[in-house]
Amino acid sequence: MTVATDQAAEASSKLSLHPMEQFTVRPLFGGTEIHWYTITNVTLWMAVAVVCTFLLLVYATRARALVPGRGQSIGEVVYGFVRNMVVDVAGEEALAFFPYILTLFMFVVFANSLSLIPMSFATTSHFAVTGVLAIAVFLTVTIVGFVKNGTSFLGLFWVTSAPLPLRPVLAIIELISYFVRPVSHSVRLAGNMMAGHAVMEVFAGFAIVLWISPLSIAAITAMYGLEIMVAVVQAYVFTILTCVYLKDALHPHH
Amino acid sequence: MELIAAAALGKFIGAGLGGIGSGMAAIGVGNVAGNFLAGALRNPSAAAGQTATLFIGIAFAEALGIFSFLVALLLMFAV
Repeated sequence: MTVATDQAAEASSKLSLHPMEQFTVRPLFGGTEIHWYTITNVTLWMAVAVVCTFLLLVYATRARALVPGRGQSIGEVVYGFVRNMVVDVAGEEALAFFPYILTLFMFVVFANSLSLIPMSFATTSHFAVTGVLAIAVFLTVTIVGFVKNGTSFLGLFWVTSAPLPLRPVLAIIELISYFVRPVSHSVRLAGNMMAGHAVMEVFAGFAIVLWISPLSIAAITAMYGLEIMVAVVQAYVFTILTCVYLKDALHPHH
Repeated sequence: MELIAAAALGKFIGAGLGGIGSGMAAIGVGNVAGNFLAGALRNPSAAAGQTATLFIGIAFAEALGIFSFLVALLLMFAV
């Protein structure tokens, strides 16, 4: 009896599931301490994302041909896509912020996609990384709102279309939802990336058991396909929410 | 000792209850997408212009599910 339970315990310990271990931040060049200047796997893969963005856009704008080649048409598609998004959601005035939004979109898309390369690191699954992006957007939007509209930006919280007794209640709700924005903005991206990678790791853990491994490999393949879609869709959602927040800052009375 | 065990138990139960929130957000997201599809099939010519609205709606519905996911994560790893 005891032998049987021991064996069962041993078998279950062989099935090692550590889905969150892949998100550990490690210094790359020895040492255990992490300072602000230490090159870790996070900083490396963020740098790779920046370099990829840079290379794609430089390659795309290199020829400036009237009839675009392959690289240039990719660049034009991305440019047109983000520009249309900014104009549709936030209006023509928001085009002043188009470079920032395009940079955000390209960085997030590349960071998400690069994290799908096996043995790479999912930088956008860290709340610290997406948090900085979201706080930057939040501060930009708040400052722009106050600079463009002055104190009438506070009209965003005073819903004039609602009946008067309801307005203070709505103001509190609007205020809370305004300050929750950077949280939801960052956690949405990080949570989606983290959940996707953790699920793939869990299925990879199941692959150790022989009879279940074909199923597990099929599941990983399917999840990988889903994750490619999620990587792009989440970058799109991150960018479009930036546009929505920007619209609120530019036109607070709609 | 028993108090510590009870606290650990409560942590895991709370994280599991947080999972219900994620499921509810899934219902919400399905609602948004389903209604979009229902509208899009009635008037397919107007559908293409509304994809941005669709994604904004999905993102807002998803946000609250993500909060419950965050609560579950905090319970598991931070508390």
